[in-house]
Amino acid sequence: MASGVKPRVKVPKSASAGDVITIKTLISHPMESGQRKDSSGNTIQRSIIWRFTCDFNDQNVIDVVLAPAISTNPYFEFEAQVPESGEFKFTWYDDDGDVYDTSKKISV
Amino acid sequence: MRHMALTAIAAVLAGTAAFAGGADDDTLILNDEIEMVTKTAAPDHLSDAMDEIISGWHFRSDETQQLQTDDFENQGMIFADYGAEAWDTVEGSEDKSCASCHGDAAESMVGVAATYPKWNDGAEEVRTLQMQVNDCRTTRMGAEPWKYDSGDAINMEAFVTSHSRGMPVNVAIDGPAEATWLDGKDIYYTRYGQLELACASCHEQNYGNYIRADHLSQGQINGFPTYRLKNAKLNGVHSRFKGCIRDTRAHTFSPGSPEFVALELYVKSRGNGLSVEGPSVRN
Repeated sequence: MASGVKPRVKVPKSASAGDVITIKTLISHPMESGQRKDSSGNTIQRSIIWRFTCDFNDQNVIDVVLAPAISTNPYFEFEAQVPESGEFKFTWYDDDGDVYDTSKKISV
Repeated sequence: MRHMALTAIAAVLAGTAAFAGGADDDTLILNDEIEMVTKTAAPDHLSDAMDEIISGWHFRSDETQQLQTDDFENQGMIFADYGAEAWDTVEGSEDKSCASCHGDAAESMVGVAATYPKWNDGAEEVRTLQMQVNDCRTTRMGAEPWKYDSGDAINMEAFVTSHSRGMPVNVAIDGPAEATWLDGKDIYYTRYGQLELACASCHEQNYGNYIRADHLSQGQINGFPTYRLKNAKLNGVHSRFKGCIRDTRAHTFSPGSPEFVALELYVKSRGNGLSVEGPSVRN
């Protein structure tokens, strides 16, 4: 597994029904592209976050496929409309099969 | 005609301070809470050189500046978080972590970074924050010292420094530290390398001008450790010094060397009065 991976998420704690809120997410990850070579000329194996999803009360909000040219520590900022109280669930999928997730509650 | 054109250019240059590569007039507010001092009157010892000291933040683009206004977007804080983990990690033969003695860093480390490098009575030397951390690690924790400006050491420095953000830099340059400070001043004004450049050649005489495609700042170090977009990691001040001296095509001093400790004290004293910003974001 890639080392030092730590997801961070910023969601407002409360909102009014129907409000559009801004969500910010960042995961610390090396995002090794698979194009680079080490000092002895061997290719460094690709290791990136290849997919990111966000769900609200089991309803999908955003689903992103990431490519190798995306830089270290991928950051996403997006908006979502909140109809009711609930929980945002964030999931990152690593090349090596690891899945990192975290969730944030919001009350309306 | 030619004469007139030159006069016109001179008038433009004199008329506005914020031309070309110069400092802008934005205000740095951290997390909508702390308003930082990024421009202020120069300390007394600089009275012959400049009137105003300006944080390097003002010399960067709006996009880069904005990254530093919010802890979430400031990627330097990721590394400070690693430092926070190390703070609570027990290491060495004494079964201690930083927290065993110093408790909660949010209380015990407030204002610490603003006064380093500073004189240590017991050791009779000027110490940087990293040297002090390593002294704790070896004498109190019985752990291995960290290599100067290595990842672990910088992360810890960033974590400790983050608790002083918004407080004015205030390093002592008199008393026992004065000799070291004078050594640092000597280095600052010494021309190095094939290009024969001193720190002052760029950062005192030419700040606000362009160096190739980039802006020359005053070379203030109130924002270190600094997250640089160019290498996507935190950079220590000694490593930055090394990069600068290398660019003059000279053999450089090593990070952690007495020369760089003296230079760090001197350069930091040139920023006495600016807010501590570390970890800051630069390009």
